[in-house]
Amino acid sequence: MSADLSIILPEILLSLFAIFALLGGVYTGKDGVASTLVWMTSAVMIVLAAWIGLSGEGTNVAFNGMFVDDGFARFSKVVVLLSAAAVLIMGEGYMRTRGLLRFEYPILIALSAVGMMMMVSAGDLMSLYMGLELQSLALYVVASLRRDSVKSTEAGLKYFVLGALSSGLLLYGASLVYGYAGTTVFSGIIQTAVHGEVSLGLLFGLIFLISGLAFKVSAVPFHMWTPDVYEGAPTPVTAFFATAPKMAAMCLFARVMHDAFGGAVADWQQIVALLSLLSMFLGAVAAIGQTNIKRLMAYSSIAHMGYALMGLAAGTVLGVEAMLVYMAIYITMNIGTFAFILLMEKDGQPVTDIASLNMYAIAQPGRAFAMLVLLFSLAGVPPMLGFFGKLYVLRAAYDAGLAWLAIAGVIASVIGAFYYLRIVFYMYFGEEQADGLDVNKSPILWGFLMASAAIMVFGIINMFGVEAAATAAAATLVN
Amino acid sequence: MIGLEHYLTVAGTLFVIGIFGLFLNRKNIIIMLMSIELMLLAVNINLVAFSSFLGDLVGQVFTLFVLTVAAAEAAIGLAILVCFFRNRGTIAVEDVNVMQG
Repeated sequence: MSADLSIILPEILLSLFAIFALLGGVYTGKDGVASTLVWMTSAVMIVLAAWIGLSGEGTNVAFNGMFVDDGFARFSKVVVLLSAAAVLIMGEGYMRTRGLLRFEYPILIALSAVGMMMMVSAGDLMSLYMGLELQSLALYVVASLRRDSVKSTEAGLKYFVLGALSSGLLLYGASLVYGYAGTTVFSGIIQTAVHGEVSLGLLFGLIFLISGLAFKVSAVPFHMWTPDVYEGAPTPVTAFFATAPKMAAMCLFARVMHDAFGGAVADWQQIVALLSLLSMFLGAVAAIGQTNIKRLMAYSSIAHMGYALMGLAAGTVLGVEAMLVYMAIYITMNIGTFAFILLMEKDGQPVTDIASLNMYAIAQPGRAFAMLVLLFSLAGVPPMLGFFGKLYVLRAAYDAGLAWLAIAGVIASVIGAFYYLRIVFYMYFGEEQADGLDVNKSPILWGFLMASAAIMVFGIINMFGVEAAATAAAATLVN
Repeated sequence: MIGLEHYLTVAGTLFVIGIFGLFLNRKNIIIMLMSIELMLLAVNINLVAFSSFLGDLVGQVFTLFVLTVAAAEAAIGLAILVCFFRNRGTIAVEDVNVMQG
């Protein structure tokens, strides 16, 4: 029992922190302490990430297989915690100047991080569901954080209704899997789900599970909520949606597919490949007409999830490794891009219109260049790190015999490059504007933007060791 | 003799009614919340039926978790709905359209 508890100690500590922070917030300065709480939450997350990353060893199983702590879980937990901490720090100034910085905000983010840590460590359908719901319920609330805005509450409402629908689909699938496999533990399911012997009931359960998970990673055809939620939620919250929850959901997807259905790869490979294909193309085509940069980033994230799913569709160790590398690079790029979006303001008000970036390079050459690097990286232009992420997943798909998917991925990335380069065009060759954007002097946002852009350039030397870590992590998931 | 398949049929029917209620309903968001609840309860029937059929208690434990989470989910959904109503003055489904997507 105490051995079980010591395995989930990071989760317990983060939950305890959230509970005591809530008590402390209520009984002391309320929103006055919000700023302190943001920094404390980020500090706790960074310490936990360092602890998990440096101390964890081997594969530990707690609570009769319900909770798995292996290299794969640790890799995703470190990425989730670090990106959540980065987004919290980035959004602090924005939220404070707009009166949005309530003390519940960092606490809700911490609770959703606990949910994400549960998700990536789930070894059982029950812990999967509990982790997913803890994460989702916290996210529904932060999406509608700006209570007095129609857009924000509408985003929260849409997210809630569609998220609850996806939870329902996932649960129905879980109940069928339980019934036909006779157990909810992944290690038990994998013995029943062997290729060629998957019963019809189990297959139905698997399909419902996949559609529920596809909702969470916003893969087409379950992506409808993404653009509206990204547009309506306050920008720091959007930045959060685009990073940590995506990583957690994608890792949960990989864990269910490999830990529970690893013996029946051929049964789910085609479904995941189709999700990947549709996501890549819809993300690339639908973003072309967008004028709001937050909506554009929503379609961009749909397309990127398509590429990550391509790695998963390969169904091999190399595929999982490619997916992890891709997600780590994607999250780094998105943190930088959202730092840039948070910097965009005019007369003190946030601006999200792409046309407002006309000739931005004249006023702010340094920032425009950093954004150019990030956009090239998002589009997958060769010298940047984003290109290598795409190369990994394409190679994994090709090696697994999905050459058609790899070719489709290249075509979609060429189409997608258009809308990223359009922003570059506006910044460097757009029309002259009488009044440009304000000069936002936030050193934190500037730092995140420049650091992220620098990683995209210098990361190509050795990827800062992420590649080796991902290889080790993928090896623990796929046997 | 009422067997497993009867329970599965009832649960499946309720689940489909829930999904249709969510998509075909054009009137009121409260009906959507009710449809979501119906879907979750259909899942519970499934789980309890399987649990009894397999002679395994895990399914019933799962049901208790689902019931608890469903209550929390309904509370959060209604809270968001109240906020939305304050801003928009309506909870008709066709009025959730400030952003088109």
